[in-house]
Amino acid sequence: MNMIEALTAARPGSGKTRAAAPARRRLLDQDWRRLACAGAVLAVGQVFIALTGMPVTFDRRLLIDPILSLGYLALLWLPPVVGNWVGREQVLEGMAAYAKGGRDVVAGAMAGLLGNLGLTLLVLGITHFDVRDPLVHWSPQLLGILEFDQSVWLGALVWPAIGAATGALGGAMHWMGDKTARTMVLALSTVFAAAVLESVIVDLSQGFHIEAVSDWLYGPQRGLTLAATAVIVAVAVAASAGFSWARAASGRTAPQASAQPDAAGAGSLPAQTAWRRIPARKLLGWAFAPAAIIVLPLFLGRLTNELLANVGLFILLALGLNIIVGLAGILDLGYVAFFAVGGYSVAVLTSPGSPRFDPEIPWFGALFAAMLLAGLAGLLIGAPVIRMRGDYLAVVTLGFGEIIRILLLSDWLSGTFNGAQGITNIPGVEVFGLATVRGFEPRSVLYLVLFFCAIAIYVSWRLENSRIGRAWMAVREDESVAEAMGVDTVSAKIMAFVTGAVLGSFSGAILSAKVGSVFPHSFAIIVSIVILVVVIFGGMGNIAGVVAGAVVLIGVLGGPNQPGLLQEFAEYKILIYGALLVWMMLQRPEGLIPSARRARELQANDVNQDAWLRAQPAGRATDDAGGTSDRGRP
Amino acid sequence: MQKTTKQRTNVDWFLTVLRVASLAVIAAGFAAFVAQLIDSDNPFARWANPDAISLTGEQFRGLVVTGLAQGSMYGLIALGYSMVYGVLGFINFAHGEVFMVGAMTGAITSNKLAESGYWESSFVVCLLLVVVLSMLVCTITAVVMERVAYRPLRGKPRLIPLITSIGVSFFLQNCVLALLGSTVKSYPDLPNWLTDKRTFLDVQGSKILVVLVAATAMVALWYLVEKTKTGKAMRAVAEDAEIASLMGIDVNRIIVKTFAVGGAMAGVAGILWGLLFRSVIHTTGFLPGIKAFSSAVVGGIGNLGGSMAGGLTIGVAESLGPLMILEPLGVSGPSQLRDAVAFAVLIIVLLVRPSGLFGEQLPSDERT
Repeated sequence: MNMIEALTAARPGSGKTRAAAPARRRLLDQDWRRLACAGAVLAVGQVFIALTGMPVTFDRRLLIDPILSLGYLALLWLPPVVGNWVGREQVLEGMAAYAKGGRDVVAGAMAGLLGNLGLTLLVLGITHFDVRDPLVHWSPQLLGILEFDQSVWLGALVWPAIGAATGALGGAMHWMGDKTARTMVLALSTVFAAAVLESVIVDLSQGFHIEAVSDWLYGPQRGLTLAATAVIVAVAVAASAGFSWARAASGRTAPQASAQPDAAGAGSLPAQTAWRRIPARKLLGWAFAPAAIIVLPLFLGRLTNELLANVGLFILLALGLNIIVGLAGILDLGYVAFFAVGGYSVAVLTSPGSPRFDPEIPWFGALFAAMLLAGLAGLLIGAPVIRMRGDYLAVVTLGFGEIIRILLLSDWLSGTFNGAQGITNIPGVEVFGLATVRGFEPRSVLYLVLFFCAIAIYVSWRLENSRIGRAWMAVREDESVAEAMGVDTVSAKIMAFVTGAVLGSFSGAILSAKVGSVFPHSFAIIVSIVILVVVIFGGMGNIAGVVAGAVVLIGVLGGPNQPGLLQEFAEYKILIYGALLVWMMLQRPEGLIPSARRARELQANDVNQDAWLRAQPAGRATDDAGGTSDRGRP
Repeated sequence: MQKTTKQRTNVDWFLTVLRVASLAVIAAGFAAFVAQLIDSDNPFARWANPDAISLTGEQFRGLVVTGLAQGSMYGLIALGYSMVYGVLGFINFAHGEVFMVGAMTGAITSNKLAESGYWESSFVVCLLLVVVLSMLVCTITAVVMERVAYRPLRGKPRLIPLITSIGVSFFLQNCVLALLGSTVKSYPDLPNWLTDKRTFLDVQGSKILVVLVAATAMVALWYLVEKTKTGKAMRAVAEDAEIASLMGIDVNRIIVKTFAVGGAMAGVAGILWGLLFRSVIHTTGFLPGIKAFSSAVVGGIGNLGGSMAGGLTIGVAESLGPLMILEPLGVSGPSQLRDAVAFAVLIIVLLVRPSGLFGEQLPSDERT
């Protein structure tokens, strides 16, 4: 999608010269080539989604009780996105844009129509041909979904209409102005969030004994009821209106406040002042959030506590990897090795079932040993790779991760690690005789995880602002310059490995006490990759970002072996993680909540290019890195 | 990279110790192996592993041939890594999945051909057809991948495209899983003259076929790179993209062609995998991809002849290593550690000689 953006961005001369005042364009004055391209991409995308079997697999999960299942949502989300993209116009520096109008709506509708013709073809194809041999989801079930369990012709005709309608909606978002578009997006995402969070909300309302709320919100077969959907939309619209009113009110007092959070990506000055305006709210949050986090689990049921405990484990892992990747800028693809060291050392030391060596020491003692061993592993893996080029280092660390898994699995060391059978019977955690943390009591596990998360967040935060933290960031930004400034780069990098390893071992240690057993297959390479996606999605080098990334991704999609809120995603999880990683790298490499410094570094090239293009002072160019700005982004 | 004037730090000492130690382990294992060959009651061999069984000549030859066959396959995949690294300076982690897509295409088409009976009646024609189809599909995959995922990232810090390629890799892998299902796809039976050992030198015909096909593909590639105008342009871009563009070469076009050629080679390799192992699933691409990358590094990244030689080295090391080095040292179940050996070879090569055995050829801005 954005290759065209990149191309047009790269060639400033290619844009048409336009009149200075925004002129209105006629409805059919379209860029037909771009439209056909978008339609084709959409068609391929829709047919691909259908053939992956997502509509069939997700159809079980109702989002809005009688009308919308997750399966249909899988086929509905792409047309508006493409419709929106078609209507988006590249506005180059120094050129005037056309006014937004009905043309964008028409473009969106046409792209959606063209794209969903792909689904029509698919419906006709499934009725007439059978290629089930290679394509497993080319099935009557898929046909049933695509024709709404009615007739073939209905399906064949309705999909293009749906495409046109939703595509037009996407295109109309440029036209209706920022405020309306934002309201609409907010309403839709609130509804989606309410539907996804169903089990948590039901759980909470049971905890607080207000089942009436959840009974009213959700229908008997899961999914929001229509009335509840309407109320949620109304509330979201009201909230959005109130928010923009408050924004306008505060905007009158501080004119700079209109800076978008987007601009924070470039680490520009107005954005910083915009953030600095809210210390009071922030302070309140700082006081309120920990209290809520401590009290809330008491009111949550087993499932939600279990889910949160998994999220916590990944927060720990992601914080550890964040030190290596985010702060020190070393791409470690074998981070799972430290997770494995933590898990297996606790297992061997505490379990009576460990084959060779079973001292059965208490968990906290074993944790200490696990930390030592993980630190040692960090040293042993870190030292040899430290002098390698960044990309070689990535592959070598990946190799170390796999070597550790293969060794754990092998017959050679099965005397100690019990090979593929793993180590079982790992006892729970005795907390100084006060309580016992066991896997079948998710609440106790959650508190243990929260305790260690708090430690990890504190440690990361203090480290980030310490001498070694600054050394890491210096190394990340430019190693030779850092060395020239007197930073001991080698020891800084090794310290990053060791610190990250110790944080990762916490997670492994908790996992083995939580599950009660460890197996080599829990430490496959995909765990490293998922942690990497979490860190990158959240925002490399930013603690809040990393935590948010783990909550969103692990909470909703789930970890490699742990289910999330959308359990239906199980077999598509890694597909989505992969796509998300690519998308983040293309669109927003600095992550969801970027750390200002990291964003500056990642955008450096754009900034340089812009500075060259515009021949303006560098300070001006930093303000909106990117060179082109998308008008009317929702 | 290391300057002589620089003081040696602890890490340097550690690295030296590690280099010496890894080479010493290899030497010790090999010495024990040789000692055992000379005399199975040799005290050194007995001490290293009391119940070692030495290899017979036939086993040894079989292992070498298997290693060479697999190695030529790794070499073909490695060409893709090497060419892309030579031109763009980043590791295209997803190249292994392109290879897997080729093997999948081969499995599907050859099964279709077997159903209609052509596979048995005219095997050579069918094989050619399957190879061409697989090359086509892989080329398309590689070109689309470049266009969608890598082109927008030109000129970004080097780790960015690497991370993207990891995403692409897992995306492709799971696309195949979602579209084609998680069952193992097997290739149809090969004709007798390929499975029989007696055709030539007591070696399975299919392995010789694999080496021959790989050699043909390599010669074709050599011709393309050394003798055609496109090849000249590729070498020019690899040498210095900026200067090449000043000389009137369309750099983007050449990069697409590089991906296409790498993809085609991976497609051939995919069919070779099918001939060797006869079955493929969606995770097939990962390990051969890593091993092929090791081959590219061993041969010196950016150096095409080196990649092929590196592939053969890795293939032979992987098939002989466990039995020649680990078994004599008393590691039980050494064949389980084959993959670990492949990774260990990569690590040791990068420790001892990071520029590869035959010298690396990098884009101008990557040279240090």
